[in-house]
Amino acid sequence: MLEMRGINKSFPGVRALQKVDFTLRAGEIHALMGENGAGKSTLIKVLTGVYTKDDGVINLDGQQNVKIHSPQDAQKLGISTVYQEITLCPNLTVAENMYIGRGKGVITKWRKMNADADKILKKLDIPARATQQLGTCSIAVQQMVAIARAVDMDCKVLILDEPTSSLDEQEVEKLFGLMRDLKALGVGIIFVTHFLDQVYEVCDKITVLRDGQLVGEYEIKDLPRVKLVAKMLGKEMDDLSDIKSEHSLYDGPDADTQVFEAEKLCSNAGIKPFNFHIKKGEVNGFTGLLGSGRSECVRAIFGADHVISGKVKMNGRPVRIRNPLDAMKKGIAYLPEDRKNDGIIGDLSVKENIILALQVMKGFFKPFTKAQASAFADEYIKKLNIKTASADTPIKSLSGGNQQKVILARWLLMHPEYLILDEPTRGIDVGTKVDIQKLVLELASGGMSVTFISSETDEMLRTCSRLIVMRDRKVVGELSGEDLTQNKIMSTIAGGE
Amino acid sequence: MNKSFFRKITSNQMFIPLMALLLLVVVNLIVDPGFFKVTLGKNNAGNLVFSGFLITILDYGSELAILALGMTLVTAASGGQDISVGATIAIAGSAMLRVLCGSNSRPDAIQAPIIVAFLVACLVGMLCGAFNGTLVSVFKIQPMIATLILFTAGRSIAAWINNNELPIVPDPKFAYFGGFIPGIPIPTTVFIVLICIIIMALVLKFTNLGLYTQAVGINEKSSRLNGIKPTFIKFLAFVILGLCVAVAALIKVSRLSTINYSVIAKDIEMDAILAVALGGNSLSGGKFNIWASVLGAYVIQFLTTTLYKFNVRSDALSAYKAVVVILLVFFSAPKVREYLSGLGKKIASKKAGKRKLAGKEEIK
Amino acid sequence: MKKAISVIMASIMVLGLAACSKSEETTTKATTAATTAAETTKAAETTAAETTTEATTEGAKEDTGSLIKVGIINNDPNESGYRTANDADLKKMFTKENGYDASFAYSLKNDEQIQYAQTFIQNEVDYLLLSAADVAGWDSVLQDAQAAGIKVILFDRTINADPSLYEASIVSDMNKEGQTAVDWLASQNLSEYNVIHIQGVMGSAAQQGRSGALDSKAAAESNWTIVKQQTAEWNAEKAQQIVQSVIDSGTKFNVIYAENDDMAKGAVAALDAAGISHGVGKDVIVMGFDCNKWALESLLSKDWNYDGQCNPFQASYIDSIIKDLESGKTPAQKTIIMDEKGFDAATITKEDVENYGI
Repeated sequence: MLEMRGINKSFPGVRALQKVDFTLRAGEIHALMGENGAGKSTLIKVLTGVYTKDDGVINLDGQQNVKIHSPQDAQKLGISTVYQEITLCPNLTVAENMYIGRGKGVITKWRKMNADADKILKKLDIPARATQQLGTCSIAVQQMVAIARAVDMDCKVLILDEPTSSLDEQEVEKLFGLMRDLKALGVGIIFVTHFLDQVYEVCDKITVLRDGQLVGEYEIKDLPRVKLVAKMLGKEMDDLSDIKSEHSLYDGPDADTQVFEAEKLCSNAGIKPFNFHIKKGEVNGFTGLLGSGRSECVRAIFGADHVISGKVKMNGRPVRIRNPLDAMKKGIAYLPEDRKNDGIIGDLSVKENIILALQVMKGFFKPFTKAQASAFADEYIKKLNIKTASADTPIKSLSGGNQQKVILARWLLMHPEYLILDEPTRGIDVGTKVDIQKLVLELASGGMSVTFISSETDEMLRTCSRLIVMRDRKVVGELSGEDLTQNKIMSTIAGGE
Repeated sequence: MNKSFFRKITSNQMFIPLMALLLLVVVNLIVDPGFFKVTLGKNNAGNLVFSGFLITILDYGSELAILALGMTLVTAASGGQDISVGATIAIAGSAMLRVLCGSNSRPDAIQAPIIVAFLVACLVGMLCGAFNGTLVSVFKIQPMIATLILFTAGRSIAAWINNNELPIVPDPKFAYFGGFIPGIPIPTTVFIVLICIIIMALVLKFTNLGLYTQAVGINEKSSRLNGIKPTFIKFLAFVILGLCVAVAALIKVSRLSTINYSVIAKDIEMDAILAVALGGNSLSGGKFNIWASVLGAYVIQFLTTTLYKFNVRSDALSAYKAVVVILLVFFSAPKVREYLSGLGKKIASKKAGKRKLAGKEEIK
Repeated sequence: MKKAISVIMASIMVLGLAACSKSEETTTKATTAATTAAETTKAAETTAAETTTEATTEGAKEDTGSLIKVGIINNDPNESGYRTANDADLKKMFTKENGYDASFAYSLKNDEQIQYAQTFIQNEVDYLLLSAADVAGWDSVLQDAQAAGIKVILFDRTINADPSLYEASIVSDMNKEGQTAVDWLASQNLSEYNVIHIQGVMGSAAQQGRSGALDSKAAAESNWTIVKQQTAEWNAEKAQQIVQSVIDSGTKFNVIYAENDDMAKGAVAALDAAGISHGVGKDVIVMGFDCNKWALESLLSKDWNYDGQCNPFQASYIDSIIKDLESGKTPAQKTIIMDEKGFDAATITKEDVENYGI
């Protein structure tokens, strides 16, 4: 029914899509898979007219080479999208939301509109009334109303972009029920998600993208989970060899002390309670696909999210960590995943950004003198080879890699006992990546405990001696020693077989 | 060198207020150089005092300068402004008079030492600040909306404190704060401002208030992850502003030794916000330069005094301030700044070119 | 989150209103809080008026119906000492002891006052007493009152409406006040008059009346010059700055004609700072209006020269009119102009201060 052939799309400096093909048949639920930056969203935006393709052909329902230049065009052709964030108006009624922006005349026939809406809601078995205010419905129902709106617009192709990420299990079931109903009605559904289990529960076909290129289209039964993960990560099962670290392990007399232990730790960020520990001089890591809850785990350790339960011990003694300052005072440092929003303080200078954490530790009434601050800044600018015009340059004018080094310097200056690095290598150049990995190992052999998170599995293998594997927001396994191989990681991430 | 010098000047935060000041000075010099004359004379209490337009500006700009200190902090930390300062001046002033005069609005002698009354006013000012601060930091209400509550209710509260009566302080010493201390020819308000500025400078030097406030204003999430408590910093900023309000209230009430609840410090909040903006501080928070705000405050008073001198009707003053706001918004727009610095470069390079030509000719 | 905020804000307002309406019956203090709070939202406006009126009428219902129900719409008593005295005078007169069941509503804004008037009409008051913020816009609401059989009495300020719409109007003649003051000034026989004229809020009746007499005199006489004419909007601080700027510029002057006492006080503060003597037999003549007690005391100590009265005590006039109407008599005059004096520092006595000071 829908055919996309040889789609090309580039942005300045990036080739987001290269000769991608995609086929969707009527009455089919088709998963579109790939890691972040693989080109899923670009492909969808091309299909919905948000972006214009550079090259390629789209055939829809027998019409050859249809032109889609705007979201309105896409809607007219029967392509509807439901996004992760609900884009409806919570203060209008369900019916109003379903018909908003679609009235042909100025006068709306309220009664007819409500009756029509009720009919559709009934047909799709959605538990909502037409006159109900949308905001009073659960998120899942809101999501379903969005779908109902799409369906009512006579859609042939329905795109669901991460619709399940804010739903609980029961709600997901309801949504799947609705998807199956639509499938029976002959609607073709494109389903984008990070949850592997869901793909295997509801989809018929899978298309995998990687680095803007098509990896392949597969029948669900032909592609076991392990293979799917391998396709997404781009590593064939067998050609990955382990790269062992060349740095010596820390072997002080206290090498066996548990620097940090957590039991049934849980925060309000939607993760399942987990157990965790790290020894002195150990490098371990959380791995799992994006959205699997790895960041949330370390945020819970640092007190960045609100911790709701669990016991924490440091060096054998129980401690309470309620907020980041508590964690810092206990010697824990945390480099956050989102550098721009959680890490840098853009308008402040490199110097101020470096001394910030140590300054906060030292106390409100004890500011560093200018000389002290400059000395600290200069020391770490040199040590980490930070490229900046001066220590007084605003950090926002530095490149991503150098910004990351500044944040790293901020935490190293604190001389933490336990350092958490969440995606320290994302979005920075290869040279800096290697620098950071080396630095991690160096610190560990000096006795610092480090937790390292990276989307790139080989980085993790290169640095970590133990990996905690996560799937769907819970810890599903722990790998160390001989098990530390790509194959093993992938099969644990995939799980469920 | 020419180029970088030009850019250095235009990019400095003090540039806008200094230029505005320069403009006002030049206009006054052209129209009437007598504007800058300062004379020494005797006042009715028999003391030698300085007088003249410049003294008037320094004197009457005091309240605004003090408020600008606190308003800058609030703006930087919360990314919003406190519009209740005028009303809280009425409250703090009323509380001060209540303590000084007791329940009798026309006492023969003051009922409590002035210092006690001032401390009570400080407490009241800080309480008002704490109220605003709590709404903003804990309940996450937009500062303008949160302070709207005291903005509307404040003057009535002030009237209520004194049973709707207008007390008059009998002690001439109380008038020293808004006037002159015998034997010192400079208005007392100038010293009060100096003290406030010195205290603020010391606080900024010996605490991390500046760093924390800027960090919270620029990136609240990131500040929290660095162990700063954004809620507390915002709260603190409002409380400090409350203290500034109390000092401003002391001056305002002292000027006439009485109070008029509905008109005291009327519209001063807008002037205080304008002072912060004129100082080149971003009204959406973040980095700040508190001294530029103070300069901005005096520029506004300079403008007011100049307009009075030119017989501009005082109910038309706000229209002129509106023009200043428009100009300010215009000149701080990124596009205009880009264009200006481009223009600056052109001029610089032209000059350089001319010099080169001249040099060549000389060689010839 | 937004919802939580709006709930909090709403409850703060409601609490404020409730507190105000409670104190309404006994004290005058907090009523203005109700009105100012009402200013913030249109929605709250009517509720404010309703809560205030209901609170008072409920109390009255237990008594007999013999009380005369009056609704009084006034300006904010915080506006000036004059208004405070006016309000206090009304509050003293219209009590249960005197046979009245009174409800008060305050606003400086005409549209809000009209809304209060409508609320009073709905509450079926017998008399509507009105001090209008603005002269225009009252026709239709007064017609409503007439249709409902409610008698309207204007006090303190007139309006532009057909005289048949109200029973009586008790006012100060601002022109006469101005004329009295200017005549007094002329009687001082100075060789030349260089006047700093500090005006009230432009367009208000008091400003127009008090400015008019001086303007025409200055235009008629060659030795009268107005060296500075500027509005200080009834505000002492502004008056101080205005006079300061005249002093700073070195202009000569010998009269300060301030249209209320507050502004005169501000002007005097500027004179004191500059070492210019003022008062009886001194360099500068100081004139004020309204007869605040402290102002009359300044006259008594000869620091000021003249203070014109603007009589705020209208309650007794209103009372006698209502009594007349109740007994079936029509008032002799539609417009009643109150007696108003001008006080000269040379002749003022302690008794005058006590009797006429507000």
